[in-house]
Amino acid sequence: MTSVAPEHASPSPHDPMTLSPASQAPVWDDAANERERRRARVRKVASRGVLYVTATFFALFAALPFAWMVLTVFKTNTDLYNPNQNPFLYNEPPTLANITYLFENTEYATFVRNTLIVSVLVVIVTLIGAVPAAYSLSRLAGKWGEGLGIAIFLVYLVPPTLLFIPLSRVVAELGIRNTWWAMVVVYPTFTIPFCTWLLMGFFKSIPRDIEEQAMIDGYSRLEAIWRTVLPVSIPGLLTVVVFSFALTMHEFVYALAFVTSSDQKTISIGVTTELIRGDVFFWQSLMAAAALVAIPMALLYNVFLDRFISGFTLGAVKG
Amino acid sequence: MAVVEVRDLSKRFDGVNAVDGIDLASTDGEFLVLLGPSGCGKTTLLRMIGGLEPPTEGDILIGGRVVTDLPPRARQIAMVFQSYALYPHMTVYNNIAFPLKAAKLPRAEQEKRVQWAAGILGIDGLLQRKPRQLSGGQRQRVALARALVREPTVFLLDEPLSNLDAQRRASARDELQGFQRRVGTTTIYVTHDQVEAMGMGDRIAVMDQGRIRQVGTPHEIYDDPADTFVATFLGSPPMNLVPADGGRELLGFRPEHFVPWKAAMGDEWIRFPYHVHRTEYLGAERLLYGEIGEASAVARFPANADIAVEIGSTSDFAVRRADLKRFHPETGLRLDRPGNGRRA
Repeated sequence: MTSVAPEHASPSPHDPMTLSPASQAPVWDDAANERERRRARVRKVASRGVLYVTATFFALFAALPFAWMVLTVFKTNTDLYNPNQNPFLYNEPPTLANITYLFENTEYATFVRNTLIVSVLVVIVTLIGAVPAAYSLSRLAGKWGEGLGIAIFLVYLVPPTLLFIPLSRVVAELGIRNTWWAMVVVYPTFTIPFCTWLLMGFFKSIPRDIEEQAMIDGYSRLEAIWRTVLPVSIPGLLTVVVFSFALTMHEFVYALAFVTSSDQKTISIGVTTELIRGDVFFWQSLMAAAALVAIPMALLYNVFLDRFISGFTLGAVKG
Repeated sequence: MAVVEVRDLSKRFDGVNAVDGIDLASTDGEFLVLLGPSGCGKTTLLRMIGGLEPPTEGDILIGGRVVTDLPPRARQIAMVFQSYALYPHMTVYNNIAFPLKAAKLPRAEQEKRVQWAAGILGIDGLLQRKPRQLSGGQRQRVALARALVREPTVFLLDEPLSNLDAQRRASARDELQGFQRRVGTTTIYVTHDQVEAMGMGDRIAVMDQGRIRQVGTPHEIYDDPADTFVATFLGSPPMNLVPADGGRELLGFRPEHFVPWKAAMGDEWIRFPYHVHRTEYLGAERLLYGEIGEASAVARFPANADIAVEIGSTSDFAVRRADLKRFHPETGLRLDRPGNGRRA
C-alpha cells in the first residue's frame, strides 16, 4: 500500500524525455539579433512612409475638383476660355462678377430656399416613417423582420428613371404638379427605405434589456422607446438626418420631371436649367452655385464624421 | 412586501414548453432562488413574473392580486438584469431617479430617495458618473439602488453576479444577501450557480426542462433530494449513483460519505468493493475517482485525512445506511422519501 498523498518529487533527472542533447541548445547570436532589430526599424519607417504618400495622394485626388471649382468661380471669361494658359492660375485678376450674376440673373436665392424647405420637410417625413418602421422590424416582427427589412431595402434599388413615370401620375392626382410639394411627397419613397434599413441595424445593436428595464421602472413601451432607445441611437438618427438631407439636395431626376417653374426649383435643377442656355455654359456661375452649397455641406459632414461612419458601419454589419 | 404566486403557469415557444405548468409560491420577505441548468426555463419564469413575457397559460399573483394581464409598470416590482441594463446616456443619479420620474414624484422627494438608496449601497460618491466609467461591482450596486429606490414589493434578480469575476463574486454574495436581509423585500433570484443558490437562498426551487423538480431549504435540497436530477445537479462532485438489487433501484450517496471500510464498522454500514483509478489533490480536499462494478463513483476527503489506498487496486469502502438514498432507475424518483411527488 502506498499513500495517495500527492507526489511532490520532480521527474527523475535520468528521464530520457527531459534530456536535451547539447547540439540543440539555443545559441544567442548578438549580431543576428542586432540585424533583426535594424530590419524592424526600417520596415516601420517604410510602412509609415507608404501610408503618408497614399493618404496624401487620395486627399489631393478628392480635393482637386473642389479646388478647381472654387478657382473657377473667380475667373473672368477671357481667362477661363484661353486654352494656352495654365487653368490653375489666375492669369487675369479675380472677379466677383460671376457671383453677382448668379444672384441677379437667376433665382438662386429662391432655389436655395426651396431646397432647404424641401430638405427639412423630407427629413421630418423620413424620421416619422423610418423610426417606427425600423424599430418594429428590429424588435417585434421576429424572423419576418429580417426578410421585410431586406425587401424594403430592395425598393431603394429601383432607379428613379423608371419610377418617375408612375409617380408623375401620383403627383398629378394629388394636384401638386409643378410645385416643390411634389418633391416632399416623392423623395421619401427612397429616403424612407434606406433609412429604415440603416436604423434597423442600429436598433438591433441596442440591448433589449434597456427598454425592458424602463418598462419595469414604470414606463409604457412608447415612453421606454422615447426615453431610452432614441437617446441611445442619436448617432443613428443623425446619420439618417444627414443622409436624407444629402440625398434630397442632390436629387435630380424627379425634380427635373415634376417642376418647371423657376420659383419652385431646387438648386440641383435650378442652376443646371437656368445657367446652361442652349450650348452656352455659364461655367463660373455654375461653379459658384455648386460651391456655395457644397462647402457648407462638407463642413457639416466633417463635424459629424465619426458618428456618421459608426452609423453606417453598424447598419452595414448588423442590418 | 408581498407574496408572489404562480398557478399552473406555462409558456410555449414554437411548440416547445419553456415553462411547463409550474405552481410556486414565495413566502413574505423570502429569498427564493430558481436554480437550474441553462435552458431550464428559469429566466422565462422570472420574465413572466415581471410582465416582460406573456404566459401561454396560468396565472401570476403578487400580493394576492392577479397581475397576469397587467403591464410591467403596474406590478410594483423591480428587476435587476444580468447585464444590469443601466441607461448608458444618463448619469448614475438619473439612472437611480428614473423610476421616481415615472412615478412623477416631486423633485425634492426624488433627491431624498436617491441619496437614501445610494447611501445604503455605498455609491454616494459616484452619482455624477456615467455607467461606462464604473467597474462591474459598482454597476451592480447602481442597478440595485435603482431597484431599491421605488420601494418595490418584489425584487426579481436575473443572474446578477454572473458578470463579476470569481473573487468579487464571493463578496458580492455576502453584500447581496445582507442587503436583502436589511430591506426585507421578497426576492426571486435566478441562477445556474449552485454555490449562489446554496449560499443565499432561504429556499431553492430546482428547475429542469420547464418543470420544478424540488422546492426546499438548501439543507433539504442537498440532503434529501427528490430525484436523481436534483441529486446530481447539486454537489460538486455530484452524488454517486450505483445500481443495486439487480438493477431494480439506484443507491445514491454523497462523495463525502464514502469512506474506507474498517472491521470495527458495525451493521449500520454497507460495504462496496471500490476500484480506484485516479486521485486528485485540490488543496483543501482530495478526491478519489474509481468504480463500483460498472458505475463510476467519487470519494472525497479533507486533504489532511490519513487515507491509504493503492491506485489501480480494489479495496472495500463503506457508506452509512442513513446516508444512502434509494432512487427508481427509470423515473429517477426517490423510493424512500415519504410523500415524494411532483408537487412544488
